Amino acid sequence: MTEIEFLSWVRGPGFQIAVIIFIAGVIIRFAEILLLGRKANLAEAKGSEMSSGLRTIVTRSIPDKSTFQRSTFTIVAGYVFHLGLFVTIFLFAPHILMFKDVIGFGWPSLPTPVVDAIAVVTIIALLTVLVHRMRSTVLRFLTNTEDYLVWMVTILPLITGYIAFHRIGMTAPTLLAIHILSVEILLVVFPFTKLMHGFTVVLSRWYGGAISGYKGVES
Amino acid sequence: MTNNKDKTLGEILRDQGVSRRSFLKYCAATASMMALSPALIPKIAHALENAKRPSVIWLSFQECTGCTESLTRAHTATIESLIFDAISLDYHHTLQAASGHAAEEAREEAMKENFGKYLLIVDGSIPLDNPGYSTIAGISNYDMLIESAKGAAAIVAIGTCAAFGGLPHANPNPTGAVSVSDIIKDKPIINVPGCPPIPVVITGVLTHFLTFGSIPELDHIGRPKVFYGQSIHDRCYRRPFYDKGLFAETFDDEGARKGWCLYKLGCKGPTTYNACATTKWNDGTSWPIEAGHPCLGCSEPDFWDGGGFYKSLSMPTENITQTVIYTAAGAIAAGVALGAMNKARKNNAVAAHSKTGVDDLEK
Repeated sequence: MTEIEFLSWVRGPGFQIAVIIFIAGVIIRFAEILLLGRKANLAEAKGSEMSSGLRTIVTRSIPDKSTFQRSTFTIVAGYVFHLGLFVTIFLFAPHILMFKDVIGFGWPSLPTPVVDAIAVVTIIALLTVLVHRMRSTVLRFLTNTEDYLVWMVTILPLITGYIAFHRIGMTAPTLLAIHILSVEILLVVFPFTKLMHGFTVVLSRWYGGAISGYKGVES
Repeated sequence: MTNNKDKTLGEILRDQGVSRRSFLKYCAATASMMALSPALIPKIAHALENAKRPSVIWLSFQECTGCTESLTRAHTATIESLIFDAISLDYHHTLQAASGHAAEEAREEAMKENFGKYLLIVDGSIPLDNPGYSTIAGISNYDMLIESAKGAAAIVAIGTCAAFGGLPHANPNPTGAVSVSDIIKDKPIINVPGCPPIPVVITGVLTHFLTFGSIPELDHIGRPKVFYGQSIHDRCYRRPFYDKGLFAETFDDEGARKGWCLYKLGCKGPTTYNACATTKWNDGTSWPIEAGHPCLGCSEPDFWDGGGFYKSLSMPTENITQTVIYTAAGAIAAGVALGAMNKARKNNAVAAHSKTGVDDLEK
């Protein structure tokens, strides 16, 4: 297989396979969660489930003071790499072209040097959270193989993308193909690991808020 | 007219009115283009001056003659074309006056006279499905290539068709077209791809062969590194706009007028290795990107199958929108079915649940 054939495969059939697994996996998991149903709550409702649920989706993003003081590093580094991922994935011009091709519309991009700098910050943040995790006895104890896998498939597209953009080491078609392949691995792994929190976070936050809302207490 | 065969290249060039000055200029340009030390310029000049015209056999298979056009159709007689005139082009069925059996005899004679020494140039791909797809004087392309390659010192595959299969090889490849290197394994092959290749690159490779009597250093797909060592993107004068994220969105918007990067219009410059950005075309006048058109990636294998010339590199080549819709529809159905199965399992478990009473305890 030549490097151009490799690139053609990851841009063609490879991407298609990854998208099929990603979409099917996410939808089936969602369907299973939603169709599981809930037991009827026999207690009288003391407030609205919906408004409390919706509010909680937003409010849970703001850490409360004591949690922040206890886990300052985890929260700051976590925010940095999550926002960094958002910027690098959704605000880089070539990526927006890809989304536009698939969903039919695009949006403005950030200047390339800005995305480039944010990619570096994001990679550093992801490296530091791993170091932090390995150095903390409790966190290390709580970490299983899946967590390391999830970390790996998240940082790989960032690193390969950075190298592909700066064209370091190998020929350009190979670098680009490796980057796209790393994204495809992320897409395939996504629905079946903790990465699924990217979608389920909305559901679980809503549910937490809804329980409190039903009981008439603050979530 | 005296027979040019016995003259050296230097003599022939002088006969054609090429001054010493312009000849040395050509040697210097060639040296710098091939990234050679300036100290080698006199050596190149000396080698070229004294070179006896090497016999060259040019075979054209499944091709469009664009490669020959590229080399010969200069507006003025360039030094490159004179160098080309100065080689003994013993067989080229498009350019030679002879035809039919006379032409084939010329080829056979040149092969016999210069066995082991002649340079074989091939443009066009070779059909393997049915030999009848492309024949010359009743000889299939495959047979002619095998026969002509036997006594060749080296083979130069000119153009993307000869180097990688090119247009005939494009999906669905109706003729079963293959490249020269797919067939010939025991001869040094220099791939000079491009659709067509830059004239100065063709003559540069020939000059290297004449000067050093060897083939230049090649990259992993057989291209001379001196010409194909850097990507279009890395040498593109519009590169600063890519780095800043300034793109032309259409062919006639403000970005296009300002000469911004053509990435979004499908430019394959980032993955294409060729010398267009540095040597340019038509005597250094311009080149596709300077003319406002994205690079097609013509010096890379399978460039016809890259998902479309106007599809940018970050776009998938398949119809992913359709894939998403079909997958989503199928997944919703599967999800509902799985949900129903889970529910049925839950209900069955509830139904199968029997209460333990006092009577059971007494059993």
